Amino acid sequence: MQKIVIIGNGVAGITAARHIRKLSDDEITVISGETDHFFSRTALMYIYMGHMEYEHTKPYEDWFWDKNKINLKRAWVKSIDFDQKQIQFDGSEAMAYDKLILATGSQSNFFGWPGQDLQGVQGLYSYQDLALMEQNTKDVDRAVILGGGLIGVEMAEMLHSRHIPVTYLIREEHFWGNMLPKEEATLIDNHLNKNGIDLRQETELEEILGDGNGKVKAVKTKSGEIIDCQFVGLTVGVHPNIDLVKDSKVNTDRGILVDENLQTNVPDVYAIGDCAQLKNPPSHRRPIEAVWYVGRMMGETVARTVTGKETKYQPGVWFNSAKFFDIEYQNYGIVLPECPEDSGAFYWECDDKEKCIKIIYKKETNEVQGVNLFGIRNRHEVWNKWLTEKKTLNYIISNLPEANFDPEFFTHWEGEIQKKYNGEFPENQVSVRKKGFLEKIFA
Amino acid sequence: MKAIRYTGLILFLFSLGLFLSSFFMSSFTLSEETFTSIIKEEHQESLKPALDKVFDKKYSSSIPFVNAINSTVDEVNANARSEQKWDKVIYDDYAGSLARASARGFVPNNKLLVFILIYVVGAIGALMFLLPQIKLHGPPGIKHNHIFHNALNNRGWMGILTGVLLIGFYILLYFYPAYITNWIIVVDPLQKLINPSASSSQWFLYGFLYTFAVLVMGVRMILKYRHSKYQIFRTCSVMFFQLAFAFLIPEILVRLNQPYFDFKNMWPLDYDFFDAWHINTLTQSGGLGLFMFVWGITLFAVGVPVFVYIFGKRWYCSWVCGCGGLAETAGDPFRQLSDKSTEAWQIERLIIHGVLVFAIVMTGLVLYNFFGGDFYISFNKWMVLGIVALLGGGLYFYHRKKYVAMSGIKVRNTVAGIVGFFALGIVFSEVSVFAKYMPVDGSNFSFSSGNIRTVYGFMIGSIFSGVVGTGFYPLMGNRVWCRFGCPLAAYLGLVQRFKSRFRITTNGGQCISCGNCSTYCEMGIDVRAYAQRGQNIVRSSCVGCGVCSAVCPRGVLNLENRDEDGRFNQPILLGNDSISVSN
Ligand SMILES: Cc1cc2nc3c(=O)[nH]c(=O)nc-3n(C[C@H](O)[C@H](O)[C@H](O)COP(=O)(O)OP(=O)(O)OC[C@H]3O[C@@H](n4cnc5c(N)ncnc54)[C@H](O)[C@@H]3O)c2cc1C
Ligand code: SF4
Ligand code: SF4
Repeated sequence: MQKIVIIGNGVAGITAARHIRKLSDDEITVISGETDHFFSRTALMYIYMGHMEYEHTKPYEDWFWDKNKINLKRAWVKSIDFDQKQIQFDGSEAMAYDKLILATGSQSNFFGWPGQDLQGVQGLYSYQDLALMEQNTKDVDRAVILGGGLIGVEMAEMLHSRHIPVTYLIREEHFWGNMLPKEEATLIDNHLNKNGIDLRQETELEEILGDGNGKVKAVKTKSGEIIDCQFVGLTVGVHPNIDLVKDSKVNTDRGILVDENLQTNVPDVYAIGDCAQLKNPPSHRRPIEAVWYVGRMMGETVARTVTGKETKYQPGVWFNSAKFFDIEYQNYGIVLPECPEDSGAFYWECDDKEKCIKIIYKKETNEVQGVNLFGIRNRHEVWNKWLTEKKTLNYIISNLPEANFDPEFFTHWEGEIQKKYNGEFPENQVSVRKKGFLEKIFA
Repeated sequence: MKAIRYTGLILFLFSLGLFLSSFFMSSFTLSEETFTSIIKEEHQESLKPALDKVFDKKYSSSIPFVNAINSTVDEVNANARSEQKWDKVIYDDYAGSLARASARGFVPNNKLLVFILIYVVGAIGALMFLLPQIKLHGPPGIKHNHIFHNALNNRGWMGILTGVLLIGFYILLYFYPAYITNWIIVVDPLQKLINPSASSSQWFLYGFLYTFAVLVMGVRMILKYRHSKYQIFRTCSVMFFQLAFAFLIPEILVRLNQPYFDFKNMWPLDYDFFDAWHINTLTQSGGLGLFMFVWGITLFAVGVPVFVYIFGKRWYCSWVCGCGGLAETAGDPFRQLSDKSTEAWQIERLIIHGVLVFAIVMTGLVLYNFFGGDFYISFNKWMVLGIVALLGGGLYFYHRKKYVAMSGIKVRNTVAGIVGFFALGIVFSEVSVFAKYMPVDGSNFSFSSGNIRTVYGFMIGSIFSGVVGTGFYPLMGNRVWCRFGCPLAAYLGLVQRFKSRFRITTNGGQCISCGNCSTYCEMGIDVRAYAQRGQNIVRSSCVGCGVCSAVCPRGVLNLENRDEDGRFNQPILLGNDSISVSN
């Protein structure tokens, strides 16, 4: 029986712990300074908005850990002695390990703007950040959010729920412009405007101004405009949290460097989740992928390696999802903001400007590379199969209804999508077969 | 817009206030003519002298009046008993009909006006409050902001107050209907409109309020989920079935001299279906009655398995049923209060299947009796309590072993609940209004094929489905009855679990474990526990309300009727090719 210590009780660390328990009787300890129990970071916004309470965001009941003999320890790790195989807490307390899994997550970026330490200026990552935001947003007449990414739009929605007017500064031409192609990004821009968010594209921050008492009073943009505000949300991305190991013998770059087995250069030390950086990522994936699913998948995989079944981390087809106010977003495969030279893009947008689909395909072979869906739900399973089997655009458009995952009775848009396709590709007509009434019932 | 909302709120509160205060808005004076026209001849002789002090006396509200009548009848009965004149003991409940005939003053003189002020103005107020949401709450979508910051939706003072009012209403309705004479009188104009020869009863009042709540709150539900056609259709369906099938058609049948019959209700929810009087009424009412009898049996014997196989239990629980209809409309603001713990699930299975067995045994005995059999069994009530306490204790230790760390307080609650149920039975047997429903005979519980039906009707039909089932909406969520108590739900659920095409499909690896689905599942299903593992959700209790699918911010859940084989033991796609798992 070996002693496995996991630093970080986020999705990566906890998934690893659960799967190790399924596979072995090893002694497992999970350490975190943030909260006593695992909670869903992705649900932080819903606590603030009153959709849920903190308790609801815990995926497992509190008795679960004892029952599965997973020790939880609430503490901050100060340092690690890799030669003695020991981790050091505050004070003189220490803990020995046989195998160590680092799952320390990310930290919010602060780019050293003047005034970023003023009261009322913050990022949003941890449970503590949420508590701080609760305090910081009392009696606020206007808030400014900086950074057009997913956490930024969540923050906008949070503030919106408290009727705090939001000015949203974005460096790019459009919301999430470094990830989304222009058409989709414009659709979200419109939706944000519709929800009363004062969106300022191509606007950069110069400095944050204080009121003389250490509190934020306004922000100043590069063009010299001054926007009065009492709260500033800095959501300009996150970076791997490598504080614990950056000056140690563990190799790091932006993240903690790991091989295919998620192992660092130091024996018996592994890194997973947001903090890990793959030395040799598969061609269809990036070296650092700070998303929930990757943390989960790495946790599932590393559990096998540390319990003796060496297993390579082989993520499948990339997928992701998000929600922008009322518009849901799903993505399967690769859709870059700029369509590559050798590829074409098929785009359909609904008249209500709230739904669209973008399919990227290789011009030569017609093989589909990826899809973005807004306001329409599609099946992960079907797209996964299509993309692995390298189906052609023509095939996918004809079979699109198979992928639909919208609730019953929702309007189906596949017919319109196919009509548009037939207009653009007259040489490759596809036909839409409508399901009969009984067929619908009996699927 | 805001002004319209506030005006609406004021109108609604005015109507609610008027409803509550109309309880006191008439006086009661019993005249001798009323007495002779209502009291049976054989009782007149003994009652008349005893009621002498009541005649022509003006009582300011129903409470002293009804108390005076009841205490007089009790006195007369006590005398008769002491003189061992058993045939003189009066079992009829006269308080209601006497109060009805003796009401004087504002309410009986202005029925229609009061009706309009309460119900028409109330409905207009409610709609004025609800409709502006379309503009104020932004584009269609899930709008759950501040639900957990709100004193009504999160067991705050408003929630508790609402619960207390509802519980109080049910207790009055079931056990003290004479006190609510004024409320019954107010709905009389509507009763007369539907059936001129009838006059409103407590059950008409209840049916009307129920329908009123389903319709008004149904509009709210449709507005709230207007982005989802599934929710719109489903809500229209429960509104229709409540209005037409539960409320209007039975009343119209009575007007046409046919038996009162709700075509969408069925045994075992409709627990008096096999009562002797009911079978007799149906079988003796000609062709239509016979059809009703056959229909009622076909519905549960054939309709349930066939439709549950095709659609899941949702076809009934969240599209047709009245209890479900109220839960999905008036109860929607409270759906997040259901308990999601594993332990609650264990308790749920224990109780709901217990009730199903109780319903079957009870019906069996009723039929046995109907065909001439007789059954009698008697236990010392303290012995029953002792055995139950022992069983409870055993359960406690069993649980302690199974879930070492499950908080002890919760387990003790389970035990306390079960022991409490029987202890409650004993307490009820000591309280006079309830004692008549309890199978008590000195210090014994005595069950016979006759009285077991009474016990069921009281403990399950009134206390559980009514007082607890609806009264506890603001405290334990909107499906307390459907989840823990309804024997029909248990039956539908067994079919759904083992032989159905229905499941909630999880969309591969897309779940982010946020917890919205579990939080808003009214049946207390921990949907996330399945979704985050990529598993389909196949649970007997799922009523297919579709709200988990609606609130999921990542499009992970979909209610589907698909090939039965795909429900379990299928490979799961999680997006990770390093490992393979199956359902
Ligand atoms: C607001 C918000 C919304 C998001 N929404 C989405 C989404 O919709 N979809 C999606 O895919 N992803 C989303 N993400 C990203 C996702 O939450 C992360 O990718 C994921 O939580 C990373 O998990 P992890 O286990 O690697 O790290 P974390 O969840 O960050 O866990 C690391 C833990 O380790 C602890 N720790 C670190 N250092 C120490 C130390 N020295 N001692 C003790 N404990 C330590 C930290 O306190 C933390 O509790 C969101 C993130 C945020 C902040
Ligand atoms: S299924 Fe949807 S709502 Fe439920 S936890 Fe997963 S992402 Fe959240
Ligand atoms: S699992 Fe979903 S559909 Fe079923 S009862 Fe719960 S919320 Fe409704």
